[in-house]
Amino acid sequence: MTDTDKEKSSRKIKSVGKMKEIMTAYYIDAKTAEQTGKKVAWITSGGPVEPLIAMDVIPVYPENYGAMIGASKMGGDLCEKAEELGYSGDLCSYARADIVSSMVDGGPIGGLPKPDMLICCNNICGTVLKWYEIQARYYNVPLFIFDTPFCHTEYADESRRYVRKQIDEYANFLENACKKKFDYDRMKEVGRLSVEGQNLWQEVLDTAMNKPSPMTCFDAFFHLALIVTLRGTQIAVDYYRSLLEEMKQRVANGISAIPNERYRLLWDNLPIWYRVRWMSEKFAAHDACLVADTYTSAWCGQLKYMDEDNFLDSMAEAYTRIYLNIGVDEMIKIVLEMVDKYDVDGFVMHSNRSCKPYSLGQYDIQRAVQKERGIPSVMIESHMIDERSFSESQAETRIDAFMEMIKQKG
Amino acid sequence: MEKLNDFYEAVSDTNNYVRNLKTSGKKVLGYLCSYTPEEIIFAAGIHPVRLFGTVGNITLADAHLQSYACSLARGVLESALSGELDYLAGMVFPHTCDTIQRLSDIWRLNTKFGFFADVVLPVKLNTESAKEYMEDILQKFRSDLEEGMGVTITDRALEESIEKYNRIRGCLKTIYELHSTDPDILTGSDLHAIVKGSMIMDRDYLLERLPEIIEMLKERKPSTGTGRKRIIMVGSICDHPDVYTIIEKSGGVVVWDDLCTGSRYFEGLTGTEGNPVKAIASRYIERQICPAKHISNTARGDGIVEIVRKNNARGVIFLLLKFCDPHYFDYPYMKGFLDREDIPSILLEIEDQLPSEGQLMTRFETFIHML
Repeated sequence: MTDTDKEKSSRKIKSVGKMKEIMTAYYIDAKTAEQTGKKVAWITSGGPVEPLIAMDVIPVYPENYGAMIGASKMGGDLCEKAEELGYSGDLCSYARADIVSSMVDGGPIGGLPKPDMLICCNNICGTVLKWYEIQARYYNVPLFIFDTPFCHTEYADESRRYVRKQIDEYANFLENACKKKFDYDRMKEVGRLSVEGQNLWQEVLDTAMNKPSPMTCFDAFFHLALIVTLRGTQIAVDYYRSLLEEMKQRVANGISAIPNERYRLLWDNLPIWYRVRWMSEKFAAHDACLVADTYTSAWCGQLKYMDEDNFLDSMAEAYTRIYLNIGVDEMIKIVLEMVDKYDVDGFVMHSNRSCKPYSLGQYDIQRAVQKERGIPSVMIESHMIDERSFSESQAETRIDAFMEMIKQKG
Repeated sequence: MEKLNDFYEAVSDTNNYVRNLKTSGKKVLGYLCSYTPEEIIFAAGIHPVRLFGTVGNITLADAHLQSYACSLARGVLESALSGELDYLAGMVFPHTCDTIQRLSDIWRLNTKFGFFADVVLPVKLNTESAKEYMEDILQKFRSDLEEGMGVTITDRALEESIEKYNRIRGCLKTIYELHSTDPDILTGSDLHAIVKGSMIMDRDYLLERLPEIIEMLKERKPSTGTGRKRIIMVGSICDHPDVYTIIEKSGGVVVWDDLCTGSRYFEGLTGTEGNPVKAIASRYIERQICPAKHISNTARGDGIVEIVRKNNARGVIFLLLKFCDPHYFDYPYMKGFLDREDIPSILLEIEDQLPSEGQLMTRFETFIHML
């Protein structure tokens, strides 16, 4: 082992292995559901998963699979096939890849298990509605739409009533789909575990406030998987507890995420999944650590609305007021809070052609951050898992120029 | 058609037309979507005008919207920022797609027209709770409008407004039907001017003019038939009268559509019994659906096949704005439903401007020959 290798390996987050084990077991469980008699529900990443867990339904996330497809650089090929089927290349690359993956058993694990039902919550975008309609036609299974009215400036009383009623409709839907009574007692326990898991995830992310930071947002993109897929389970709670321990230990031992952290940056939007490592190394070479991001905190940003003793009621509000379902001015407030909290020197924005609700409005956010905090920012454009859309040389030039600006300031 | 000069003037220089209306004392609210509760706006004594946006030369909007926002969003923002909409007293944004949703934020944060309202309609329309919410949110809009514009909207005024809108929508439908029965009585470009004009012009004036147009059309001698192939057009907005002319030159004729600026605007009448807001909500639930909303998994596929059959059409042209996600997601399946019925279709992707006439002619001729 060379010195650099040793150095690298000492920085590696040990929990990675455990995470891989858990995810593998989870996917095996999901893929063998037919044999074990368990039901499988496909659900959107921002959707209320807790009632599924309470009903012993295995939740499967096409978006998580999209990320895996992207990280395996299999997105371009699947997206191209989608275009051959008539889906425009301007559409969300997760959706395009998933639609084709269903037909050809594509992607790193040879396709997702067939769903028994589909749960679509439109708090993240309107795209999921169209995407899940397509899958509902393809698999001919029931589709439940959890409709969360957009909160431009407020969570109106009208919306509050509407969303709350849908929680009962959701429970009824599950009773019909599973042919058993909704388990309200179990639901309480799942709700408690969900809140606990989210709290722990927030604490993990908070460790990046340390200087130097023990983790980067690229680490967060990876460790995010469980709070998305297994939220509401003991497995997620246990995992994040041990990850938090590891992070605290790293802080105590002075182990930083990158060798020489001189600049701290904030990331906006989903990752560019097929360039996560490249991006991470690129910034590290500039001694810049992306310490936080607006994306992974979306799975714990609504804790203030959650009440674990009254989970179902509070969940209505929490799921409606997530980061992507609020106005640009609200998003600006959150971004500014993160700039301060993590004490960052610059802002890296991924202008993601796959995600209009996340990306349209970014110019206004960028200007606000510039005006209010005076820190430099850079915008990099891509389709998050369609690697054909990415210009590495252009991104590189922009990142270099951006880092130059930061260095001159600092 | 000579007798449609008033419509042509209003659609070719909308800003000038509406500015004159404003000078005559009308307050004007802008909107972009056929789910805008115009009846409520009109009942408040306010003139609703549908905006179509600047064409070409987008500069100011580029500072707020990426190039992958559709040309409608960018064009409308450009016109708002350039000052050409100085006559607006405000703007109303019903919830539609992801792009318009963010455009609403950007509009609210960067323009100063006075009144502003988001009408966050439900996205699914097939449940009781969604219906109740639809009513609630329309009622909320009514109060927001009363408060924001300093007006009172009585049930009586709403009922009158609904009655007038039913007449306008009924007239538009009759004109479409007359044209579908005998496409030679009116060119596609004339029909476009009438329907677009109806979203722009003084509604009381329309109530006089549209029946006159119907009478005039009924007096026309039936044509002997030119053998043009009957076509249905599908999409969001069509602000391109030339496209109809080019189709006609290529041997086809658009006899009906599934467009937000076409049949989706006028299909379905509002009930006149009971609570007027509830009646408006019911029309939105029952009306032909926009792809950004959900009523069933196959509503639009079944719907297009039915429109083709009912109008005895031979083919379908999908005229889709680039970057319009809801329509592009529906396209493959709707095409599939048409294929299954042996109904040929083509897709034409457009931005704010049409491709050259020669290029379009070639595509349309090839398609129309196939029919």
